Amino acid sequence: MTVVPYIIELLQIGVLIGLAPAFVGWVRMVKCWAQGRRSAGLLQPYRDLAKLFSKDVLLAENASWIFRFTPYLVFGTAVLAGGIIPILSIDLPLAPTADVIVIVALFAIARFFIALAGMDIGTAFGGMGSSREMMIASLAEPAMLMAIFTVSLANRSTSLSEIIQVIYSGQSVIRPSLAFAFLAFVLIALAETGRVPVDNPATHLELTMVHEAMILEYSGRHLALIEWAGMMKLFLFTSLGIAAFAPWGIAAREELSAVPLALLYMIIKFGVVGVAIVLIETGLAKMRLFRLTEFLGAAFLLATLGMLAFFILD
Amino acid sequence: MELTTVAHINSFLAALVLLTAFGMLVQKRIYGLIHLFAWQGLFLSLNTAIVGYVAGKHHLYISSLLTLSLKVILLPYILHVLIHRLKIRKEVETIVNIPMTMLIGIALVIFSYHLTAPVRELSTLITRSTLAIALATVMIGLLMMITRRHAVTQIIGFLALENGLFFAATSATYGMPLVVELGVALDILIAAFIFGIFFFHIHTTFDSLDIEQMARLREED
Amino acid sequence: MSIDSISLACSAIVLLLGSAAFAPLLKRMQAFLIEFSFLLSTVASFLVTAAGVWAVARGINEQVILLIGLPDLPFHLRLDALSGFFLTVIGLLSMFVSIYSIGYVKGYIGQRSVTSLVIFYCLFVAGMLMVVLSDDALCFLVSWEIMAAASYFLVVFENEKPENRRAAFLYLVVAHVGAIAILLSFGILAGFAVKAESFSGYTFDSMRSAQLPIEWATAAFFLSFFGFAAKAGVIPLHVWLPEAHPVAPSNVSALMSGVMLKTAIYGIVRVTFDLIHVFPVWWGAIVLILGLISAVMGVLYALMQHDLKRLLAYHSVENIGIILIGIGLAMIFKSFNLPLLAALGLIAGLYHTMNHAMFKGLLFMGAGSVLHATGERNMEEMGGLIHKMPWTAALFLIGCVSISALPPFNGFVSEWLTFQAFLLTPALPSPLIRLLIPLGAALLALTGALAAACFVKAFGVTFLGHWRGQHHPRVHEASWSMRLGMLLAAVTCFCLGILPSAFIDWMDVIAEQFTGTTIASSAGRYGWMWLTPVSYERASYSGLIVFLGILAIVALAFVMLHVKAGRIRRVPIWDCGFEKINQRMQYNATSFSMPIRRIFGYLFSIRERVELAPQAAHKAFPKKINYHISIRDRIWGWLYKPVVDASFWLSRKVGKLQQGRIQAYLIYSFVTIIILLVFLR
Repeated sequence: MTVVPYIIELLQIGVLIGLAPAFVGWVRMVKCWAQGRRSAGLLQPYRDLAKLFSKDVLLAENASWIFRFTPYLVFGTAVLAGGIIPILSIDLPLAPTADVIVIVALFAIARFFIALAGMDIGTAFGGMGSSREMMIASLAEPAMLMAIFTVSLANRSTSLSEIIQVIYSGQSVIRPSLAFAFLAFVLIALAETGRVPVDNPATHLELTMVHEAMILEYSGRHLALIEWAGMMKLFLFTSLGIAAFAPWGIAAREELSAVPLALLYMIIKFGVVGVAIVLIETGLAKMRLFRLTEFLGAAFLLATLGMLAFFILD
Repeated sequence: MELTTVAHINSFLAALVLLTAFGMLVQKRIYGLIHLFAWQGLFLSLNTAIVGYVAGKHHLYISSLLTLSLKVILLPYILHVLIHRLKIRKEVETIVNIPMTMLIGIALVIFSYHLTAPVRELSTLITRSTLAIALATVMIGLLMMITRRHAVTQIIGFLALENGLFFAATSATYGMPLVVELGVALDILIAAFIFGIFFFHIHTTFDSLDIEQMARLREED
Repeated sequence: MSIDSISLACSAIVLLLGSAAFAPLLKRMQAFLIEFSFLLSTVASFLVTAAGVWAVARGINEQVILLIGLPDLPFHLRLDALSGFFLTVIGLLSMFVSIYSIGYVKGYIGQRSVTSLVIFYCLFVAGMLMVVLSDDALCFLVSWEIMAAASYFLVVFENEKPENRRAAFLYLVVAHVGAIAILLSFGILAGFAVKAESFSGYTFDSMRSAQLPIEWATAAFFLSFFGFAAKAGVIPLHVWLPEAHPVAPSNVSALMSGVMLKTAIYGIVRVTFDLIHVFPVWWGAIVLILGLISAVMGVLYALMQHDLKRLLAYHSVENIGIILIGIGLAMIFKSFNLPLLAALGLIAGLYHTMNHAMFKGLLFMGAGSVLHATGERNMEEMGGLIHKMPWTAALFLIGCVSISALPPFNGFVSEWLTFQAFLLTPALPSPLIRLLIPLGAALLALTGALAAACFVKAFGVTFLGHWRGQHHPRVHEASWSMRLGMLLAAVTCFCLGILPSAFIDWMDVIAEQFTGTTIASSAGRYGWMWLTPVSYERASYSGLIVFLGILAIVALAFVMLHVKAGRIRRVPIWDCGFEKINQRMQYNATSFSMPIRRIFGYLFSIRERVELAPQAAHKAFPKKINYHISIRDRIWGWLYKPVVDASFWLSRKVGKLQQGRIQAYLIYSFVTIIILLVFLR
C-alpha cells in the first residue's frame, strides 16, 4: 500500500484550506478593478481571518450548544468535501467515499445547521435568513439533480473520479447536453454560494441578506470558521464545475511529480473563473427574492433541456 | 469536413435553436425577444448552409442567404422601427406564469420527440434527429402566441413558428425546392408589412396593442 | 436450536393477547398495570424482532396452520423473508415505543383510566403482527379488522373533545372503505384460484398459482392498491391521517405512523410481487406517479402546518410516497425484465420503510415528550425548549437530521439508493419512459429539500429561540423511560446510516425471492464499509467514513483552536444594535414557511386577512395588527365533499322507505315473497 495517494490527499486538503481565501481575495480584487476602485490586496481575507481568530467570542445569553457546534461542523463538511472532489488528482483514497449526490448532501448538512443556528438566538433577522435560505435551497435542488443526471448520463457514472476518467479517455465529446448542463450548473452555483444575483455577499443592509443574516450573531473564532467555510464553498463549487466539465490538467497518475503541474493548471483555471464571476456580478443586479423562482426555474429548464438533448440528439 | 463533425455541429446548432425558442418563451422584454429571434435566424441560416454543403444541394446556400437577410437583418429592423414609432411599452405580460410555461414547453418537447420516433427509424439523412427539435420549435411558437397578450409578441411567435417549419423542412428532406422557398420568403415579407399596417390601425383605434382590448369586439346581448 | 422462528413469533402474539386479557384485572393499580403490561409488550416485541431477524437471515419459509377460524377454513400463518422483514420493523419500533410508553402513559394517571389504552395497545400490536404473518385471506382480513378497530379505540382515547371523535370517525370510515376494496380484491384472486368450486381458494398459496386474465388481474390489483393506499395515506386518500394521528396519544401516533402504515406497504408488496407476479408496465407507472404526487404534496402540506403532530402526520404521507416511488420503479424494471435494477428499487423502497419507522417513531416520541411537558401542541406557542429539555432536543434533532436525508444518518441511504435506481433508467427500452422518469427524480430532489426546510422550521420554532407563548408552564425533561425509548430509536437510525451494506446483505433474500437476483453481491463487494449498489465505478458511498471524517476534522479544529483559546463571554443579544427586542419578534412557523407558501401556494386554497387597528393620534402607526390565515386542502372540496354529499342524498332517498306504518313493511315482505316465488320456480 503506497503512501503517495495519501500524501496527495493531504496536499489537496492543504491547498483547499490555504488557497480558498486567496481565491476570494482574487475575486474581490478583480471586482474592484472592474468598478474603478482600489483593492485591498490579494491577502486581505487572510488578514481578516487572523483578526477574527484573535478576538474574543461574544455569545448571546441564550445561545445553545447547536450555535457553538455549527461553525465546526460547517468547516468540517467543507474540508471533507474538499478531500473528495478531485482538485489536484483523480486517485484520491477518499474519492470512493462519496459521489456527486453525497457531496451535494454534505453541503446540505452545513446549510441545515447554519439555518438552525440562525433560529437559535431568537432574532427576527436570523429567522428571516434561515427561511429565505431554505427556500432558495429547495428550488435549487431539483435543478442541481437534473444537471448531475445529465452529466452522469454522458459519462455513465456519478462518481467524480470516474467522470474525469471517462472524459480523459476521449469517449465523450462536446455535446450540447453538457453545454446546457454547464449553463445550469453556473446558475445553481451562483445560488448556492450566495453571489449576485441571488444574494449579495458584501451587503450591509439586513433586509437584503440571506446568508449574512443567519450568521449575524457570530463573532471571534466561530465567525472566522464560518467565513473560511464560505470561502471554501466557493472554491469547492468552482472545482466541482471544473472537474465535471473541464477537467484537463488534473493529474491522472499517482505520482508526486504530476502534482505541481496540476497545481499550475488549477491556478490558471481559477483565475479565469474569478474573472467570469466578477463579470457576472457586475453585469447583473441582485434579484428580488420572489423573482428567484424564475432564475432557478431557468436553471432547471436548462438542465432538463440538457437531459432531453442527450436523448434526442445523441 | 468529415461526416461526424458535421453531425455534431448540426446537433449543436439545433440545440441552440431550441434554446432560443425557450428563451423567447420566457423573455419579458420586447427588445430581448427581437434579439433572440435574430439569433435564432442566424443559427438557422448557419445550419442550412452546413446541410447544403454536406448534402451537395446548392440551392440551400441561397435559402441560407435569404434567411440571413430576412430574419436576421430585415425583420428585426422593421420590428425595432415599429416599436419605436408606436412608443409601445417595453414589457410583456403573460397569461400563465413563467414557470408553468416552461413546464408546458418541456412537455411539448417530450411530446414531439415521442411523435417523431417512427420518422427517425426510417430516415437515412444526417439531420434526422433534429426533426423532433424542429417540431418542438413549431409548437413553442404556437405556445408563445397563446400565452402572450401583446400583438408584437404574437407576430414574433408566428415568425418563430415559421422558423420551426423551415427547420423541419431542412432536417426532413434537405430543404424544399428553391421556388417554394422564394415564395415562402416573399409571403413572410408581405405578412410583416401587413402586420405593420394593422398595428398602426389597432393602436390608433384602441390606443394600445394589448389584445385583451380586442375582446370588446363581440356580441352583447 | 429446536425453536423455530414462527413459533417464536406466535408466542409473542400470545403474550400480547394474554397481557390484554389480564389488564382489566389490574384496574385498581394503574401504575403497576402500566409497568407490567408495557414490560410484557417490550418482551414480546423483542421476541418478534429476534424471530424476524432470524427468519430473514436464514431465508426461511415456514408455515403453520392454526385450528382457529371458521370450520373448514382454518387460519394459515406463514413466515417468509418479507414477513420476517416486516416483523423486524414492527417489533423494533414496538419495543422502543413500549419502553417509552411506561413513562408517557403514567402522565395520564389521575386524569383518566388507562386500562382501555393498555388493552387496545396490546391488541393493536398483536393485530399488526398477525397481518404480517397471515397466509390466507380470512386470517388477513380478520387481523386487519383487529388492527383497525383497536387503533380506532386508541385514537378516540381522549373522547371528551368532539374534534377527536370526528377525527376517529373519519379514520374508521376510510379504513373500512379500504377494507372492502381489499376484500373484493381477494375475492377476485380466490375466485380465479379454484374457479369458485370450493372455498379453498382463499389461501395465498392457491392465489399464487392462479392464472388470471389481464382484465381481472388489473381489477384485482387496483382494488387492493386502493384499499392499501387508503390505509397508507396515499394522496388522495390521505385525509384521515392528519386528523387521526395528532389526536391519538403520542405513543400510539408513533406506532400508527411508524408501523401501521407499513402494514399497508406489506400488503401492496405481497399482493403485487407475490400473488400477482406478472404485471404490465403501466401498473408500475401509476404507482410511481401516485408516489411522486404524495411525496411532493405531503411535504407541501406539512410546511403549512403549525401543529407539531399534524406536521409529522403529513410527513408520513410524504415518506409513504417515497416508499411507493421505490416500489413503482421496481415494478417498472421488473415488467421490463431487468432483475438487478428491480432488486435495487425494491431494496430502496424497503430500506426506506425501515428508516421511516425508526425516525418517524423517534419524532413522534419526541413530540409526545414536548406535549407531556408543556401541554402544547401548537409550535407557535413554544420555543427555547432546548435549554429545559436537552435530551429530548438532541434526540429530536437526530430524528430531524435523519428525515431530511442528510448523511451520515439513515434517511440519506434510502434516498441515495432511490436516486441510483432513477439514474439507471436509461437502460429501459421505451424512449418515452426514459424521458419522463428523470423528471420524477427532480421531484424527489424537491421533496428532500422541502423536507429539510420543514424540519428546520419544526426544530427551530419548537426548541430554539425564546418561549413564544403567553403562559409559562413548568417545563421539565422527559422521564428516563421516555428518554431510553427515544435513545434506542436514535441509535438504530445511526447504525442504519453507517452500516448500510450489512443491512442490505441481510435484506437481500427478499429481493431474490421477488425479482430473482440479489444486489448484495455487488452492493457489499468491497466490504462492510462501502455501499456500491451497481458497480464500484458507477457510484459508491461509505457512511462510516463520512461520519468519521467529519468527526475527525471537527475534533481537530476544536483542539487546535482551544490551545490558545480566546475567552467566551456571554452578552445580551446583539441584533444589529436593536435594543427593544422581545420574544414576539421571532420568526414562528407561519412566517418561516411564507416564501415557500408564496411560491407553491396556488396548490392550496389560502386566504389571508390582515386587520389594522390604528392609533388615535397617528393613523399610520397601527396599535394592533390581526393576521388571519386559513389554508384548506383542495382535495377535500373536490373529492370528498361531493362523495359525502352524494351519499347523504342517496341515504335520504333510501330513508324514504322507512314509512313508519306497519302496512308498508308488510307490503315489502309480501312483494319480496312473490318475487322469490316467481324466480325460483
